[in-house]
Amino acid sequence: MTVALDIRGLTRRFGERTVLEELDLTIGAGEFVALLGRSGSGKSTLLRVLAGLDRPAAAISHLPRQTAVVFQEPRLMPWKTAQQNVALGLRRPDATEAARVALAEVGLQGREGAWPATLSGGEAQRAALARALVRQPELLLLDEPFAALDALTRLRMHALVADLWRRHRPAILLVTHDVWEAVSLAGRVLVLEEGRIGHQVTIEASYPRRRGDPALADIEAALLARLGVGQKAASASG
Amino acid sequence: MTPPAWARLASPLLLLLGWQLLSSTGLLPERILASPARIAATAWSLTRSGDLLAGLWVSFLRVAAGFSLALVAGVVLAVLAGLFRWAETVLDPPLQMLKAMPFLGLLPLFILWFGIGEAPKVGLVAIGALFPIYLTLHGGIRGVDARLIEAGRTLGLSWLEQVRHVVLPGALPSLLVGIRYGLSIAWLSLVVAEQINASSGLGALITQARDFLQTDVIVVCLLVYAAMGLATDALVRAIEARALRWRPAA
Repeated sequence: MTVALDIRGLTRRFGERTVLEELDLTIGAGEFVALLGRSGSGKSTLLRVLAGLDRPAAAISHLPRQTAVVFQEPRLMPWKTAQQNVALGLRRPDATEAARVALAEVGLQGREGAWPATLSGGEAQRAALARALVRQPELLLLDEPFAALDALTRLRMHALVADLWRRHRPAILLVTHDVWEAVSLAGRVLVLEEGRIGHQVTIEASYPRRRGDPALADIEAALLARLGVGQKAASASG
Repeated sequence: MTPPAWARLASPLLLLLGWQLLSSTGLLPERILASPARIAATAWSLTRSGDLLAGLWVSFLRVAAGFSLALVAGVVLAVLAGLFRWAETVLDPPLQMLKAMPFLGLLPLFILWFGIGEAPKVGLVAIGALFPIYLTLHGGIRGVDARLIEAGRTLGLSWLEQVRHVVLPGALPSLLVGIRYGLSIAWLSLVVAEQINASSGLGALITQARDFLQTDVIVVCLLVYAAMGLATDALVRAIEARALRWRPAA
């Protein structure tokens, strides 16, 4: 298997507190991996290291040539149009055209000239997705990118991400606290516990994955239990 | 119930009417304050003779020169202090100290240094306008959303590209606020500087009028100062509306 990312023995401390300890993580090329963990478990810390925003002394044996990040907030430059945002930092002669195509792909054709302030939350997050994908990343890092969206928009975004992943096949690491999101999208779900990957499940089910699928429900329940959430809370967290 | 828009004009008009009444009945002598009608007539005759326009032009040039100096110096200093730690360490303390000084009090020193020509007037305008420009832009650069800078990093922007695409556009609203504030201080400084030894400009008109007890001319000149302040402010607001059109309609 070609490897998109390979980390060995990653440790990150903030003062006295050890957030990541001797963490090993391998992600194959084109693999869709979801990362779960209780709040404060270090999910975002790990993602920041992978995004190059935080550089502890770590044994990273293979980091992709090109990574791209979508954050929880769109983080579009408010003074640039949607298209200028997508093209920002793109070192290609056809950057503007590539940005237009990327926007069309996330369903924002006709909105190229829109200011970010005039986009809805879902539209802005789709523009952020386009901005990440246009870079043709080997590894796409998604840091709870749907957490701030309403439930319906979130479902539409799930379908969009699954679709984009099928077409472009980047490796994806999706950090989320939504267990169903992880189960419905990822081929492998990791649980971050005490600074390392404490648990993982591989999910073979084909896409699109339906909520009612009993096999998936079992996986979801097991993961919720792993995260310390009982059966009752699980059914309420739709 | 909200009063209609024209109602806001009622009280100023009443005041004006009362003022005119006091002047007409002789209760308010002209050497204290001329009547509104007299002021209007004087404004008309000064405009026709060309005296007002000539004075206004000279005064305007002083503000333009002083403000331009302040803008260039303020932007350079703020960008340096905003982008480089060492520059901030060197530049910010003296600027903060100078800011604490009542700069209008510098006028006597300026006259000693530069004589009574244009230099002390332009200099006072420049000093007055410098601080708001420096302070707001410096704060604006420092206050740029760190999350956007992070996003810029993940997009692979170089340092220079970060400055150009993220930091400076992010600080532009602050700069424009500083420019508007600086302009109002520039006009204020000019009024003070022109009271002393001005042989031309609106200030000279006022000095002359004072010697001849022409309160009408003094009021006309004050109104022109106010109008110029409003006009330059409106100009910056027009620039703002164009440069910040990405901002959500407030």
